[in-house]
Amino acid sequence: MPQGVMVIAEQRDGEIRKVSYEIVSEGRRLADKLGQKVTAVLLGQNIKDKAATLAHYGADKIIVADNAKLASYTPDAYTSVIAQVVKANDPAILILGASVQGKDLAARLSARLGVGMAQDCTAFAIDNGRLNAIRPIYAGKAYAKVTFSDNYPHMATARPNVMPMNPPDASKAAEIADAGVALDDSALKIKVADVIRDAAGKVDLTEADKIVSGGRGMKGPEGFKVLEDLAAAMGASVGASRSAVDAGWRPHTDQVGQTGKVVSPNLYIACGISGAIQHLAGMSTAKVVVAINKDPDAPIFQKADYGVVDDLFKVVPALTEEVKKLG
Amino acid sequence: MKIIVCIKQVPDTETQIKIAPGGKSIVKDDIKWVMNPYDEFGVEEALRIKEKLGGEVIVVGLGPKRVTESLRTALAMGADKAILISDPAAEGSDALATAKALAAAVKGLQPDLIFTGQRGVDEDMGIVGAALAEYLGIPHFSVITRVEVAADGKSVKCHKPVEGQTLVFESPLPAVITAQKGLNEPRYASLPGIMKAKKKPLDEKTLAALGLNPAEFGEGARKLKVVEITPPPARKAGKIVQGDSPESKAKELAKLLHEEAKAI
Repeated sequence: MPQGVMVIAEQRDGEIRKVSYEIVSEGRRLADKLGQKVTAVLLGQNIKDKAATLAHYGADKIIVADNAKLASYTPDAYTSVIAQVVKANDPAILILGASVQGKDLAARLSARLGVGMAQDCTAFAIDNGRLNAIRPIYAGKAYAKVTFSDNYPHMATARPNVMPMNPPDASKAAEIADAGVALDDSALKIKVADVIRDAAGKVDLTEADKIVSGGRGMKGPEGFKVLEDLAAAMGASVGASRSAVDAGWRPHTDQVGQTGKVVSPNLYIACGISGAIQHLAGMSTAKVVVAINKDPDAPIFQKADYGVVDDLFKVVPALTEEVKKLG
Repeated sequence: MKIIVCIKQVPDTETQIKIAPGGKSIVKDDIKWVMNPYDEFGVEEALRIKEKLGGEVIVVGLGPKRVTESLRTALAMGADKAILISDPAAEGSDALATAKALAAAVKGLQPDLIFTGQRGVDEDMGIVGAALAEYLGIPHFSVITRVEVAADGKSVKCHKPVEGQTLVFESPLPAVITAQKGLNEPRYASLPGIMKAKKKPLDEKTLAALGLNPAEFGEGARKLKVVEITPPPARKAGKIVQGDSPESKAKELAKLLHEEAKAI
């Protein structure tokens, strides 16, 4: 019988990413309900000494695959290694982070393992010893509760920023084992030809703790300057609605919504965004929502915890000053 | 180059989603069905590569008869042929079963390149492209914003933005690429294109015709099972921040976010 919870941690340039600690924490909670253990798996190059922190969040055992071929993510090498680790350890539950990399890897891995996989989940539960997952569908216009057939492991990815992180306990240690799996070079077809880095310090919207977003009400690309200033003052990332992106005011990578990014920040400030259903879909799991719009009838106010009905070009700079005072 | 584009038909993104009695599916009447927006980027990219390197673009869909409409849209944009996998037994299939059916339909065509959208905007899974590649035993690249096929048509470079950086992958062809917004601006079908599309070949295939066992498809064979579908959790009624000037409202908002919401 398959036993235990396995989580696949993720590193970038040798640094373990936050979502990894979120899934270790969630894995710990699920394992406690089952009375079983949590194994974290970390792939990369020269990452062995970083792996120990996974224990601080609740991993009982850490399996490390350290190999120059794993330094940067490729779907084929990562799938091959993890599939072997899964088969050797036979976990009941397998969880990855729903980062861009995690979603890609989980998709290929589920086909390799021949198991069902629930992508981008916002909650997990154990019901009669079996994993249940909640996942937004139609970009959050509805939620599906899903469960799995008798094929193991039961597999899912967890949306970043949603699962609470355990307070780290540096006194906790775990057994660190080498994955000891073979990587057949001749079977690897994918090469990383280049890595183009974004401007330093820019946090991707899907992982941002705070987002300041602008829509048609920004009136043009130059209007976003006030949002950039507010974002800089509070350490937020800047997002945009589809109409702002389609107008060419912001790059596609900034788009929040059903055909853009689905985000879960702690704070989402929507400025000059009316709140089209496809935009609301993309930010439905934000924790605190603020809407600043001069149209009191804008649908965004129905979804906002705090609404300001006024000219954003006056409110936002004033808010920036207030935030600086708090700083 | 032989290029395949797998397309899905989904509710238009402006659709209000209603849950059907029984709570296991959505109400499918009165929905405006469209080609999945991400698939349109795939069709466009396939057409651009064909225009540059020559060859043929074949679109493949799976689903009920209404999917024909989306396939015709792709034909009107410029694709050459279409295949519809249409079989009542496939209704309700999960992502892996869907990928298996597509793999069976595509395999015999010996494609050089296969596109799909990076995810369906209905179930938001993003599995089919990678699973299709797995079943065909070829590389896949997902959520891609730039595709460069080598002049000899033997290899491809793909740009994949991940958080904070863009990975540029390279591999020999064939491969599966899933399209992300930003890859291109899909063309509109022209009127002559729409007229021509009516005469282009559109083959329908059942699962059995593809050599598949219908018992491995559909609702009953799902490895991921839907327990129930519910409306999203309702947000509590919000507060309108009061003040006699934009500055005083900003001040009050900052105070609420700091003290009450503890968000800043």
